[in-house]
Amino acid sequence: MTTPAISLKGIRKRFGDLEVLKGISLDAAEGDVISILGASGSGKSTLLRCINLLEVADAGDVVIGGEAIAWKPKRDGGREAADRAQVERMRARLGMVFQNFNLWSHMTVLENVIEAPVHVQKRPKAEAIAEAEALLDKVGIADKRNHYPAHLSGGQQQRAAIARALAMHPRVMLFDEPTSALDPELVGEVLRVMRALAYEGRTMLVVTHEIGFAREVSDRVLFLHQGVIEADGRPDEIFTAPKSDRLRQFLARTMPA
Amino acid sequence: MGYFELMGFGPKGWGLLLAQATLMTIAVSVTAFAIGAVLGGLLAWARLAGGRGIGIAAETYVTVLRGIPDLLVIYLLYFGGSSVLTSVMRWLGNDGFVGVNAFAAGAIAVGIISAAYQSEVYRGAFGAVAKGEIEAARAVGMGRMLMFRRILAPQILRFAIPGLGNVWQLALKESALISVVGLTEILRQAQVGAGSTRQPFVFFITAALLYLLLSTVSGWGFNRAEAAAMRGVRRA
Amino acid sequence: MDLVFLADTFVTLLGGVPLLLQLTAISVSVGAVLAVLLALMRLSGNPLLDYPARGYVFVFRGTPLLVQIFLIYYGLGQFPEIRQSVAWPFLRQPYWCAMLALTLNTTAYATEIIRGGILSVPFGQIEAARACGMSRLLIFRRIILPQGLRTALPAYGNEIILMTRATALASVITLMEVTGIASKLVSETFRAIEVFACAGAIYLIINFLISRAIALAERRLSPQLAAPPAAPEPAR
Repeated sequence: MTTPAISLKGIRKRFGDLEVLKGISLDAAEGDVISILGASGSGKSTLLRCINLLEVADAGDVVIGGEAIAWKPKRDGGREAADRAQVERMRARLGMVFQNFNLWSHMTVLENVIEAPVHVQKRPKAEAIAEAEALLDKVGIADKRNHYPAHLSGGQQQRAAIARALAMHPRVMLFDEPTSALDPELVGEVLRVMRALAYEGRTMLVVTHEIGFAREVSDRVLFLHQGVIEADGRPDEIFTAPKSDRLRQFLARTMPA
Repeated sequence: MGYFELMGFGPKGWGLLLAQATLMTIAVSVTAFAIGAVLGGLLAWARLAGGRGIGIAAETYVTVLRGIPDLLVIYLLYFGGSSVLTSVMRWLGNDGFVGVNAFAAGAIAVGIISAAYQSEVYRGAFGAVAKGEIEAARAVGMGRMLMFRRILAPQILRFAIPGLGNVWQLALKESALISVVGLTEILRQAQVGAGSTRQPFVFFITAALLYLLLSTVSGWGFNRAEAAAMRGVRRA
Repeated sequence: MDLVFLADTFVTLLGGVPLLLQLTAISVSVGAVLAVLLALMRLSGNPLLDYPARGYVFVFRGTPLLVQIFLIYYGLGQFPEIRQSVAWPFLRQPYWCAMLALTLNTTAYATEIIRGGILSVPFGQIEAARACGMSRLLIFRRIILPQGLRTALPAYGNEIILMTRATALASVITLMEVTGIASKLVSETFRAIEVFACAGAIYLIINFLISRAIALAERRLSPQLAAPPAAPEPAR
């Protein structure tokens, strides 16, 4: 078996008294599209943020492309990544798309897309620009490349953010509720882009509320409940014949009748 | 002698001296503001990112400098500095009073006051940078220095411009106090003119006009800078 | 360190505190009344009232306080008309000149603070008052002013502290408040650092007490922000 793109072992995370993740293990193979469902507060966003170390898991291993994050203890009893350079290297391999886009507001769309390739990966600027233009064309906002984020619709901003993440040539794309902050009529354009990426064979982890997307596009669906994986399977297993009661309840509440 | 002859550039006019004094006001204010920018930036950094001890020290600095009169700070630097220098020189075997340079003492005094105000401005501007944009920078693997240089600093500066405009106006007005230790800036020159012509009202009104001119022009400059820096920001 | 000297200095300097407080209290209270009038002129919508008020604020905020003090103390005496007027017995005294300059100065800053406070009252509340049939004056007195002043209070507190600092400039025209006494002590003892540091400590203590008092007043004046009463009030 080949090395998984991402491998999590026994991830635990607590915020104060609240244990958000209670030991999550997960292997994502190269080319997998995995949707992560769950009620709000189930820990699904935190799980995603533990993968690229925006949150530090209290326990467990994070292995990306076969390389494990090294830890060292902190004075307060917690832990942190031992090697900041390693963290930065690993993060550059993961493309993150946020719920609130988080485009850098002082840069145009094009500048947002070439920022990390030029300054983190030190690629030649001309090459980065050519590639960025192709990416913006692909997500359908080539005409907006000299606009500032504040002058774009939410759907356009999120597509720009996807282009920004793709420009890093990430091995895995992480999506953290990419359509939750959008007006309903703008959700479609973002999902279309994500669908196209899935069919290209990209490895994707998608935290989402879009049941339709999860069902149609994913190879695998995880259902998180109170910090544990309550169900894990192919979309047809999860949606047509849900085994867990909690999953059934969740689907009954979320799925359109 | 009419007003324009008195303030003009003719043989009996005070125009040239007042113009030189205006340049001195600009020079000492700009120097003070620059000192305040460096020190204020460090203070803001200490309060945002420093350890507990450093943070409390920086906060105390700001409280003290904002709580005592600016005139007192100038006196302290000028007379205090002079007495320190004098005793150092005496220890080196050189008797007699040694005075601190009025420009240096004044610029440093106004500068360390300005630093207290500027640190508050930078801190506020940092708070205005969207936290999500910082996360996005971490997520693409930016290191601390790179993130500061590319994402934080440009935005902090941009959000700080209006506040810095106010702090600049403060420095400009505080520079008038340096006249009391003998620096020939606008107010000092006006005093000299007032004394030798016995027309104090005319000279002090002229000084007031010069300050109004400086503050209006620089205020206009800051507005332009703000408009340019706020490209891409949607106003509420 | 010479503790006896420090203690003596501290006690001597305390002698200037009553004058300092007098200058602050009178200029701030008279200034507040004038500022409400000027703020109303600014908000009147009538250009004949708005523009003079605007000009006043522009001039007094755009020039250094020390220039204003000199203009009043030295400048006005240039005119025989003033020297022969009934105001001269006052205007020839540094005390009243300092008081006048401080008052005119704080009025300009306070005008903008109060205007900001008034503008912060949501328009819907004013409409609601109109819908109840309240007259313009009644609306201003019962709805706008109480809320506007409450909003303006933190900024006003800051202005009061700035005024205690500003009173130090009165020493330049010979008044013996804290900074004036300190300068005199320094010229007698040549111990600039200790004396000015003592003076600074006095200003810090006074400003600490003032900011405490303002915080207390803020809490008193905002019952709507306090925790809701524990038990529901009995119906009457």
